[in-house]
Amino acid sequence: MPLLECVGLSRSFGGLRALRDVDLSVEVGEVVGLIGPNGAGKTTLLNLVSGLDRSDSGSILFRGEELSRSGPERRAALGLARTFQSGRTFLNLSVRDNVLLGAHARRAASRSGAARWAIELAEALLRPASLRAEEERLEAEAAELLGGFGERLAPRAADKAYVLSYANRRRLEIARALASRPALLLLDEPTAGMNPSETLETLEYLRALKARGQAMLVIEHKLPLVLGISDKLVAMDEGRKIAEGGPDEVIRDQRVVEAFLGKASPKAGPEAGHMGPASEED
Amino acid sequence: MGALLQSWAGQVLNGLVLGNVYALMAAGLALVFGAARLVNFAQGSVYMAGSYAAWFLIARLGWPLWAALPGAAIAGAALGLAIEALAVRPYRRSGGVAPLLATIGAGMMLDGLAEVLFTPTPRSFPNLPFTARYSLGPVSIGGLDLLILCATALCALGLLAFLKLTRAGRGLRAAAQDLEAALQMGVRAESSGAAAFAIASALGALAGALVGLYYNFISPSVGFQAGLKGFTACVLGGLGGIGASMAGGLVLGLGESLGVALFGSSYRGLVSYGLLLAILFLRPEGLFGRRGRGVALSGGREIGLGSFLPLRGAWRPSKPLAAALALAALALPLANPGPYVLQVLAGAWISALFALSLSFVAGGPGIMSLGHAGLMAIGAYASGLLTLKAGWPFVPAFLSAGLIAAVLGAAIAFPALRLKGHYIAIAMLGLGEIVNQVILNWDSLTQGALGLAGIPAPRLLALEITSAGGFYYLSLAVLGAGFAALAAALRSPLGRTLRALREDETAAVSLGIGARSYKTLAFAIGAFFAGLAGALTAHLYTYVSHETFGSSYSILGVTMAILGGLGNLWGALLGALSLSALPELLRFAQGGRGIVYGAILLLALRFRPQGLLGSE
Repeated sequence: MPLLECVGLSRSFGGLRALRDVDLSVEVGEVVGLIGPNGAGKTTLLNLVSGLDRSDSGSILFRGEELSRSGPERRAALGLARTFQSGRTFLNLSVRDNVLLGAHARRAASRSGAARWAIELAEALLRPASLRAEEERLEAEAAELLGGFGERLAPRAADKAYVLSYANRRRLEIARALASRPALLLLDEPTAGMNPSETLETLEYLRALKARGQAMLVIEHKLPLVLGISDKLVAMDEGRKIAEGGPDEVIRDQRVVEAFLGKASPKAGPEAGHMGPASEED
Repeated sequence: MGALLQSWAGQVLNGLVLGNVYALMAAGLALVFGAARLVNFAQGSVYMAGSYAAWFLIARLGWPLWAALPGAAIAGAALGLAIEALAVRPYRRSGGVAPLLATIGAGMMLDGLAEVLFTPTPRSFPNLPFTARYSLGPVSIGGLDLLILCATALCALGLLAFLKLTRAGRGLRAAAQDLEAALQMGVRAESSGAAAFAIASALGALAGALVGLYYNFISPSVGFQAGLKGFTACVLGGLGGIGASMAGGLVLGLGESLGVALFGSSYRGLVSYGLLLAILFLRPEGLFGRRGRGVALSGGREIGLGSFLPLRGAWRPSKPLAAALALAALALPLANPGPYVLQVLAGAWISALFALSLSFVAGGPGIMSLGHAGLMAIGAYASGLLTLKAGWPFVPAFLSAGLIAAVLGAAIAFPALRLKGHYIAIAMLGLGEIVNQVILNWDSLTQGALGLAGIPAPRLLALEITSAGGFYYLSLAVLGAGFAALAAALRSPLGRTLRALREDETAAVSLGIGARSYKTLAFAIGAFFAGLAGALTAHLYTYVSHETFGSSYSILGVTMAILGGLGNLWGALLGALSLSALPELLRFAQGGRGIVYGAILLLALRFRPQGLLGSE
């Protein structure tokens, strides 16, 4: 059974059909790259999977549970975590608090069903030993996650996130998503806005994650990165899936080349390094 | 049967007349919202100023009516330009709720100015024109009815012609549809904003003048209600559409009159604010707005606190200093300052508890609770009724008052907390108002307009607290407990979760944080302490009515919290002390106070939006 299996997902905004009947699956431990030109529907697809948006039709099966009508809370609890294209960190909170918030769905209070409001309240006012122990454990985990980025984040753990550089905010977002110990990590252009050396560093980091068995669904425009980590590529255009398969096979697919480069320039290969501009608004 | 028909027909006519006036107010609000994406909370005060302008021109200068009405409109336009230049344009770049709060400040200053210039005593016109009545079948129509119907219809036609036929009007319509595109097509934001304010204020002032004539009642305190009616009309129609808002005005006028015909005249407010909340909760895009454009619930450019507050440099006293301050507060009665000072300070501690509660919900999850005084009213009536009517002892009644405020507050805020941006600000304002309207109309429980008198003094075991010193210590103790609880909550993982919602709700939701549930929890915590503050007030003054905790008290609380620094509890203490005890001890006149409060709000937002002690 695949970890994630989307069948027939469609989503329209007014007259614009952003996503038409798309199937997608991710296996346990697999890394799937999602490519396509601007407006292809990649971020729309990610929003449907992460629960920030609802599909008009189709199903999303994650670890055997139908999620297309569930809220983001349930999805996070089941092990879905995401990052955002625009890098959405909590700027006025400390770097450490950002990571701790990533573990929200794993806290004992969050997993206590209807009693969790009473527990949240009691914990906030009384600060019992159980809470202190949990916080200590999560803080140790957060320190480890921050340490995973070398000296980039760990020395700034107590600083507010707004002091971080743009690239470091993107790193922090990945750390925050990982704090939930996700079964599937959804990355929306993790290296958008990064320079080549930062991109390379991120590629190494994601490779190490993959080696530890982390399943990922990655939207990315930078081909070297997406080719460097993906087991499988899914190419989209105008809301449709146009190709799927091994990375080498997909980027040589005639429809994919046409979708990216237009029919007029058959010679320019996708090896150029960039497909489309580095950022996308869809 | 004939009499019944007559009274119904009369109500429909009354509804049409008032509906036309609401339509003028709503058209003005929609114009400004379109041109500047701003809900202009000063519109009600301009309305009030328009009624005074007409009164001044007619009663003092002896102008004829045909000259006085345009005169009031021109005065309104000038006022609108002044408000735009002083309270809107400087705040453009502040983003978030700052411009909205700035218009509240401007409105407070105008209301205060009217009190100082014309005294709080209501005025009336000396020789009311058009008192003749004409019979039209079952309806008797008065000259004033006709005047208002004609004047408002003329204004509506003029406005539509301006919007359709002139270049400036087309620019305004384009801006209302898509501000960014309009700006790129060469519509100038500043001049179109100023034009929108001038026209909107002229309409508002004219509406005020007409209603002043209609009821022959001119008072400096009518602005807030009129403004809220205008918002209601706008939201009913669909915020932003000018035609839709005017239609909303008519619906509101007719709906109100229908409610009055069915239930009686005291239900007017309850019907209109009930309509406001119903539409916000059930169909926030309005009766005539397009569904699915979801501006109210999500998307668009969300205005939250995170984008507006420069959350920098929160100052907190060191432990020794905090201990010294607490000791000073405890020791103060020993210096024997007299019962007056002690009572004023007891009131200040209660205000501080209220400001803490506001600062917590604004600084935690980022809810600007503009109707927070309604929660105090709930607490005050709960404790008052439980001790007076049910004979409960003070302590359980007092604690239950907090719990009742928390539960009721959370229940009525829960539907509102789904809304975003301007909508939640209007909903919160409406919530505060509707609590007082329910209190006014639920005679059998609350004694209606009479209020509750003779609320017993607090008793702790055998100790009855009647002296000013006793009240001083009681309110100080409750304030201390509230401070400790809220500070603990902000420091805890719960506080972290709430701040994440304020910073970036979408990101927080993607982490599995249930936005609405956590906001409701935070609101309930805040409401608990606001309810305790209300209960203390009831027992301190032994009397409470539906007017004790009105909207101006809510706005004062917001000003205190902002002045101190949102989310900074020490700041809220400082803000409350500066705005409640100081003016009392310095014996400002009531109207002068409104001017000072409004000016402080405007200046704080402009020059120190993080508050005196910084926000966090």
